[in-house]
Amino acid sequence: MTELLGHYNYWIVIILMMTGFYIVIARPNLVKKVIGLFIFQTSVFILFISMAKIEGGTAPIIEEGLSVYSNPLPHVLILTAIVVSLATTALGLALVVRIQEAYGTSNEDDIHVQDEED
Amino acid sequence: MMQPLLDVLSWICLLGGAIFLLIGAIGVLRFPDFYTRLHAVSVCDTLGAGLVLVGLIFQGGLSLVTVKLLLIFYFMIFTGPTAVHALAQAALQSKLKPLVDDHEPR
Amino acid sequence: MEHLIDIVLLGLLMITGFAIVRMKSLLAVAMLTSIYSLLSASLFVVLDAVDVALTEAAIGAGISTILMLATVALTRDEEKAPRHTPLLPLAVVTVTGAALIYGTLDMPHYGDPAAPVHQHAASAYLHDTPGEIGVPNVVTSVLASYRGYDTLGEVTVIFTAGAGVLALLGYRTRRRNIQGPGIRKLVVLRVIAKLFFPLILLFALYVLFHGDYGPGGGFQAGVIFATGFILYALAFGLGNAQRVIHHPLLRIMAAVGVLIYAAVGIEGILLGGKFLEYGVLADDPVTGQHLGIMLIELGVGITVAAVMLIIYYGFVSRQD
Repeated sequence: MTELLGHYNYWIVIILMMTGFYIVIARPNLVKKVIGLFIFQTSVFILFISMAKIEGGTAPIIEEGLSVYSNPLPHVLILTAIVVSLATTALGLALVVRIQEAYGTSNEDDIHVQDEED
Repeated sequence: MMQPLLDVLSWICLLGGAIFLLIGAIGVLRFPDFYTRLHAVSVCDTLGAGLVLVGLIFQGGLSLVTVKLLLIFYFMIFTGPTAVHALAQAALQSKLKPLVDDHEPR
Repeated sequence: MEHLIDIVLLGLLMITGFAIVRMKSLLAVAMLTSIYSLLSASLFVVLDAVDVALTEAAIGAGISTILMLATVALTRDEEKAPRHTPLLPLAVVTVTGAALIYGTLDMPHYGDPAAPVHQHAASAYLHDTPGEIGVPNVVTSVLASYRGYDTLGEVTVIFTAGAGVLALLGYRTRRRNIQGPGIRKLVVLRVIAKLFFPLILLFALYVLFHGDYGPGGGFQAGVIFATGFILYALAFGLGNAQRVIHHPLLRIMAAVGVLIYAAVGIEGILLGGKFLEYGVLADDPVTGQHLGIMLIELGVGITVAAVMLIIYYGFVSRQD
């Protein structure tokens, strides 16, 4: 059972990552592209946190009577990464809003057409 | 002496809560329009999640955990119905017509 | 049992991901993204990362969703079909995914205590924290003390993002409070918002100052604090919210937070230690660590809260 499921978390993470990647490269809508990037980022978070887990461990808050804790270092890295991911998402969405105002569309194909006409 | 009794009570509450949540989920899938679905979700969610919390309170006993669970319970009984109310209000304002059976005399 | 929850949650995440690809309505996609974040927050609890779960629930499921909804409201909410066939992207994605899955085969199994990840610095952090720092939450001690430089960098990134959004979107003060006919009807929402607004701010302070002992800290507290004001703005209109907390004040606070953090570091140098060495801040090194962590978490909280509100104001004040 554990032999078979040993990499289950990682495989699902890769499927999620590829879902986000597909949205970014195949969908023309810019808001959807930002959402694809967001999905990609979140899957990376799950990858790191999965690696931090120790079988039978608990949350890394030290308490009497407990001896096995999960690895706190990836938690720290991902905690700050989540906040930074919001910062990048907000900046991306702000760019989309400005593009919408300048071109009147947030569809990448239409923007290319308008650029070629100029 | 008390512990088995508390365990049984908490299991009844947890299972009851889970059943209500399941009923709510089935309602969302089966009901025909927005308002009826909202109805299924709001009633079952408040009761279901409330029962789950009561079951957890039985497990927590008299400790800080119980106080925190009671606080969550307090937040939930206010926020759940409010959110559903706001959602229904927004749907009404954007002119979403409720599904009405026209064959019955009104 | 834990494995079962893990498997089910990951399965649900995958289904949500596929639904996001297929959905055409961007409003629905934004809501699904929120569900996706909430599911991953639940998964983080199962994987023992309670601090991360709190952050993801507040940021991913809360503020990100609001920003995406605001953007959808400013752009068109239907997605056009792509002009090209999706065959080439599909091929690229499949090949990349296959290569990555081949790469995982060499990785240690999930939950393996002997994995290389756990051998290097983590055990030292877990072992030394009670003696050197004296706080039970190891995540806080690593974040604020052992890797304090790193966190200072992250706070600066947040500050920069706030400045970037400000440069792109600017802000407009509402003199009159523009309200549609709808918002006047939301009496229930307003009463509840008024009731919960102080409780949310109180909870933010609890998360901020209890971060040494339980899950929490400056990042989460800042976001929760901002959420309270966003709730206020949603229920009472942006104009009223801007009267409560002015935009110029926010810009000052965003800088003040970073400066508090850096000042604690420089104070360490002035007292004869190194940059961001908290031990010299008090007579007893452990008390000094407590004081230093408390101060920098406060700085982080102020900056994060101010930047989140700057971003929110920027997006919403564009709507006219």
